[in-house]
Amino acid sequence: MTAITPPSTPVLESLETGEIVAESSFALTRDALVRYAGASGDFNPIHYRDDVAEAVGLPGVLAHGMLTMGLAIQPVVDWLGDPGRVLDYQVRFTRPVHVEPDFGAVVTVIAKVGTLDVEAGVARIDLTVTVNGVTVLGKAQARVTLA
Amino acid sequence: MPSYLVGREKVREFSAAVFATNPINHDPEAARAAGYADVVAPPTFAVVVQEATLAQLLAEPDAGIDFTRVVHGDQRFAFSRPIVAGDELTATLSVVSVKSLGGHSMVTAESTVVDSNGDHVVTATSTLVVRGDE
Repeated sequence: MTAITPPSTPVLESLETGEIVAESSFALTRDALVRYAGASGDFNPIHYRDDVAEAVGLPGVLAHGMLTMGLAIQPVVDWLGDPGRVLDYQVRFTRPVHVEPDFGAVVTVIAKVGTLDVEAGVARIDLTVTVNGVTVLGKAQARVTLA
Repeated sequence: MPSYLVGREKVREFSAAVFATNPINHDPEAARAAGYADVVAPPTFAVVVQEATLAQLLAEPDAGIDFTRVVHGDQRFAFSRPIVAGDELTATLSVVSVKSLGGHSMVTAESTVVDSNGDHVVTATSTLVVRGDE
């Protein structure tokens, strides 16, 4: 992981709309999918069995949408320095993430400042989440409190 | 609906699974230093609590939902406060809307999660797309 941990909570006044605040890439493997299945309790076999995935018309095993959603917020959490600063987080699952048995998939996250509400001390952070340059999450937004 | 007791090791396990490396997710001392009673769950951990209520909806014969045809469309979490190990949470599910779109059905379900005092913690909203016959 390439996330950079800041020394303290980011200050709202110092931010500008459109500014990139965090950027990271995650190597998703089949092992990561099995780990997420166990941790979340989502044992849908399309997330670990190619034969089952193919039987329902998929190209192969897919990552859990909730795993992609869960990791995509982490660069923002590292930037904030506290997971409790996330007030609201939403995504649309626009494209499935196909995880190859050997090479896996690399999920790239870029987090930018969407809007700033100085009075409330809240920023909307917009996430661009891609695999091989293709967007996999739409309308991925978090509202966060800042110092 | 039985309550869900958030365990410290479950929070750590879930954190590792979503690549959450912040000490506040893993180390009770770091969490206490940040003002929390124990380790803090990643934002999407709420899905574990919500899942039990969604499973109820999908298992409801009257809902007529075929699990193998369900695709996750949208997901949202709106927090009053983060989930912390030791929380005893209760989720209540309500179906907000059901829409038909070109043979598919879109079901929006909202789970309201409260703590043992009855105070709101998080509302998890899911839109599930139920694919119609091909």
